[in-house]
Amino acid sequence: MQRFINNPDLVVDDTVRGFVKAHRDLVKLGENPKVVAFAQAPIRGKVGVITGGGSGHEPAFIGYVGRNMLDAVAVGEIFSSPTAKSFHDAMKIADGGRGVVCLYGNYAGDNMNVKMAVKMAAKDGLEVLTVVANDDVCSAPPSEREKRRGVAGEILMWKCGAAKAALGGTAREVQAAAQKAIDNSRSIGVGLGPCTLPAVGHPNFSIEAGKMEVGIGHHGEPGTRVEPLKKAAEVGRDMAKAVLDDHNLPAGTEVAVLISGLGATPTNELYILNDAVDDEVRGRGLTIARTYVGNFFTSLEMVGATLTIMALDAELKELLAVAVACPAPL
Amino acid sequence: MQTFSNAGSGDIVLAIAQRIVENRGYLSDIDGLIGDGDHGVNMAKGFSLAAERLRGEPKSLAASLAALGDVLMTEIGGSMGPLYGMMFSGFADALDGVEEIDAAAFERMLRHGLEEVQSIGDAKVGDKTLIDALAPALQAFAAASAKRDDFAAALDALVVAAEKGRDSTIGLVAKIGRASRLGERSRGVLDPGATSCAIILRSLAEGAKAKLGASNPQ
Repeated sequence: MQRFINNPDLVVDDTVRGFVKAHRDLVKLGENPKVVAFAQAPIRGKVGVITGGGSGHEPAFIGYVGRNMLDAVAVGEIFSSPTAKSFHDAMKIADGGRGVVCLYGNYAGDNMNVKMAVKMAAKDGLEVLTVVANDDVCSAPPSEREKRRGVAGEILMWKCGAAKAALGGTAREVQAAAQKAIDNSRSIGVGLGPCTLPAVGHPNFSIEAGKMEVGIGHHGEPGTRVEPLKKAAEVGRDMAKAVLDDHNLPAGTEVAVLISGLGATPTNELYILNDAVDDEVRGRGLTIARTYVGNFFTSLEMVGATLTIMALDAELKELLAVAVACPAPL
Repeated sequence: MQTFSNAGSGDIVLAIAQRIVENRGYLSDIDGLIGDGDHGVNMAKGFSLAAERLRGEPKSLAASLAALGDVLMTEIGGSMGPLYGMMFSGFADALDGVEEIDAAAFERMLRHGLEEVQSIGDAKVGDKTLIDALAPALQAFAAASAKRDDFAAALDALVVAAEKGRDSTIGLVAKIGRASRLGERSRGVLDPGATSCAIILRSLAEGAKAKLGASNPQ
């Protein structure tokens, strides 16, 4: 392993410390060092919006804490859900008196820890509503959408939920906006190379040279098929097709497109993919209102990319347009 | 009637923690086959933290189980933190206020731990999880106790069933948790959660049996 680490067991603490030093203007550390909060949190009179998840996905999740964005994030170990206590502490630090909404991804650990944290918060009289992201089309068939994992669509869910809160929405309205954002989002990942957990020291899955894994998850969960690596134009088109076939949007629908690198793919290649994605989307009679290309939701040093397409309506368009200040690009 | 005292039995939990720490590398290795490869690392972290807090003044079995459950729940995330956290807290709650632990109390403890795990997770027997060790262990203990009034023999039956349950996971396809995404590819290897659960149950049963021997010389 050629890595910039001090101690494999302390990578998360070291990451968070360096992150907070880099963004002191926007973020602060909670009393619980596994909670990163907006510097001004809690904001009185605003619904608190939080998330949480395993580390190794930077700039997600911590990078999306900021003004008009998330109020707090619970930080887990690498690829491992935060504790119920950290979720609970994030809820408390975000509580500005109008309730808290927790927007997180559909993983067994997160589901359990959030459920327990919601109960802990209820004991102190804090009502927390939740939305669970399930945008990854390859992780389960459409008939079992509730089993699908949450991936990069979470960023659009956070953006819309947080913007609704910033505009003065109630907790129910924030929850509904975030739910709509994720219901309108579909994602797919393609992996070209594996990643290594520092505490383990070797990759725990492999992708043969010349092959790609279509439908790979954010932690290397196997995709639906392994096929020979094709030209980027074909890969981009196939990714757009997989997402749009699942979505079945009427012609004329406005969409947002988000392409995220998985950690070790050069940014220029993401633009090469977008070239094909854009053609495929427009070729189906859809209109692209916004495109985001960059490293938003990574998986350590995995080689690969994810594509997310979100169908927009007037409300979601307005929410995406709300200006934000957060460490991560958006 | 065979019993052991709750008050003097907190060291059983220290022994469980020691066994988990000893198996750090082994548990991570088997997790590496179908998971992230960090099960042993996370388990050892939580159990050694709990052991540190328990060392010093001797505590009852119930208090020690409660402390372990609390550390796992608050310090260890992922799936195993809450699942084992609930299991040990469940064990502890069932023993709270019990002075002398007999087979009936021990069975209530196991049952409540299983119920608590199932209250937050959705796993059933056959899903390739720690339930595959815990559920048959409880069943075997209860069946043995019902047949013959012999606490020690029921503890032996518990260990046999837990390890048989653990081994059954080799032939299973994971239905829940991260390994479930492997589908058929998860068949053929032990489930790390069932494996750590069998280690915990063996250590718990051996600890209890040793206490029975000490307080009921026969």
